Amino acid sequence: MSTTQTLAPLATGEARKMATREAYGAALLELGAQRKDVVVLDADLSGSTKTKAFSQAHPDRFFNLGVAEANMIGTAAGLATTGLTVFASSFAMFAAGKPWEQIRQSVCVPELNVKICATHAGLTVGEDGKSHQMLEDVALMRVLPHMRVIVPADGVEAAQAVHAVAAADGPFYVRLSRASTPILFSEDYRFEIGKGAVLREGTDLCLVACGVTVAAALEAADLLAQQGTNARVINLATIDPIDTELLVQSARQCGAVLTVEEHQIRGGLGDAVAHVLVHHHPVPMDMLGMDDEFGQSGGADELLAHYGLDASSIARRAQELLRR
Amino acid sequence: MTLTQSRILEIQQTAHQVREDVVRMVHAAACGHPGGPLGMADFLSTLFLEHFNLTPENRHAPDRDRFILGNGHTCAGYYALLARKGLIPQEELMSFRKFGSRLQGHPHRNLDMGIDFSTGSLGNSLSVAVGMALGARLAGYENRVYSISSDGESQEGQIWEAATSASHYRLGNLTVIVDFNNIQIDGEMRKVMDVRDLRAKYEAFGWHAMDVDGHDVLAVHDALEAAQAVTDRPSALIAHTTIGKGVSFMEGKASWHGVAPNDEQAAQALEELAQSAP
Repeated sequence: MSTTQTLAPLATGEARKMATREAYGAALLELGAQRKDVVVLDADLSGSTKTKAFSQAHPDRFFNLGVAEANMIGTAAGLATTGLTVFASSFAMFAAGKPWEQIRQSVCVPELNVKICATHAGLTVGEDGKSHQMLEDVALMRVLPHMRVIVPADGVEAAQAVHAVAAADGPFYVRLSRASTPILFSEDYRFEIGKGAVLREGTDLCLVACGVTVAAALEAADLLAQQGTNARVINLATIDPIDTELLVQSARQCGAVLTVEEHQIRGGLGDAVAHVLVHHHPVPMDMLGMDDEFGQSGGADELLAHYGLDASSIARRAQELLRR
Repeated sequence: MTLTQSRILEIQQTAHQVREDVVRMVHAAACGHPGGPLGMADFLSTLFLEHFNLTPENRHAPDRDRFILGNGHTCAGYYALLARKGLIPQEELMSFRKFGSRLQGHPHRNLDMGIDFSTGSLGNSLSVAVGMALGARLAGYENRVYSISSDGESQEGQIWEAATSASHYRLGNLTVIVDFNNIQIDGEMRKVMDVRDLRAKYEAFGWHAMDVDGHDVLAVHDALEAAQAVTDRPSALIAHTTIGKGVSFMEGKASWHGVAPNDEQAAQALEELAQSAP
């Protein structure tokens, strides 16, 4: 069992908040200063994806491709063939959805050093509504050979993940959020590609979350504790390659698993965890996420609550799972 | 510099050998695309022998020229030329499209063989060429990127996204050669989906563009030299060709886009090619 990771002191005073896209922008700026081989591409959304700071610091290594995402991905692949480490950003809908075939053919088939860092993923895009709420990107990316998929839970993890993917060769998809979310991890938190992190110990059931739903899963564990149920909480930031060892151990020790994601449950985190457990250690399992529907306009928090991804919904579903 | 008559003859002889290789390879594979590579043999041979600087020695050098075959289905001729350049053993050509072969049905990136990129899905390659050209410029290299496209591929929207960005970034180190044979799988390009005047289109997108007879070695060479002289924008050569060139029953026929000759047809094709050998 991996050691439980240190959490930031959420309980005391106002929790610090930051969007993972903000952490991405700051990490890119650090990378740009550290490494001359890092180039960044955007498709007319640099202010929103937070690549703008890099573009201002390193204008010679920033390429705006305009509103043409398929071309951006192909260009990223071509740049990567010349030995560069290429970051390409847009909203998740347009970074993963629109150019999926280019990602498959031009990035994954030749296994090139392209990091697609997609912001504004999931429901928490909010008011822009269903056209912009990308809820299928994890499925689209994890199905691709050679593509690795990371969904950071907070700003601390996002910054570390950006440095980690820059240090590793080959294709990555990093899923980032628009909304400001609580900082969960203290500065001594250590993200590692392919490793899940136990954020809270427990043996009655295991909650597995990623991205913005990790905070809600931790809150749900508090609610469950008040009801006498001790839930383990795992932050599964890397969905591919998945941490089989930690998931199997947790299924053995907890006996039930509930996954929570801001994504379609078909093809996402829930499917990925189920795939591991059905092979190695099947236990009663349930999945929270979007159940075969699109979102709608609204505030991030009210959307998460409406679609059952807030703490009380998670706790309720956990109790239902334990009563099975 | 212009080409001597003897050099033109050498290139024509190479194009002829490529055509024979293509017929043998597609026949041995019993599937594949003979028409396109027969039509492209003259301009590709001119490019490979006179301009594209790939050699077995520099195949991993970061400042070598780059080549990307957008119409990847025409790769039989590409492999034959790589063999002529010493990047692929000549005898390996007959493994084309067979299980376990390095010579996949559509090219897969393999720098040992001099294959710079994986292609096959139409529309994707010009964007990759743009990235290769941007990267070369960033590194300060003097090399060129050669990107092959076709009239059919020009129906893909991504080509025009890439064309827009190539001229925006003034990629004088990028040359695209468009194989314009008015044939695509479903028939005549002008009937399926007319892409109209590609020279005018590329010009409107800010490129240096010219039409050229894709079977005239000297004209292709001159056009490639003219493109190299234009350094402030990318260049497009619209190479007008005849699909199936050199084999009478394949010439101009959409039916020979993606069908292999049987034993009798292959023998007839090779006999015709032998008779017209330069």
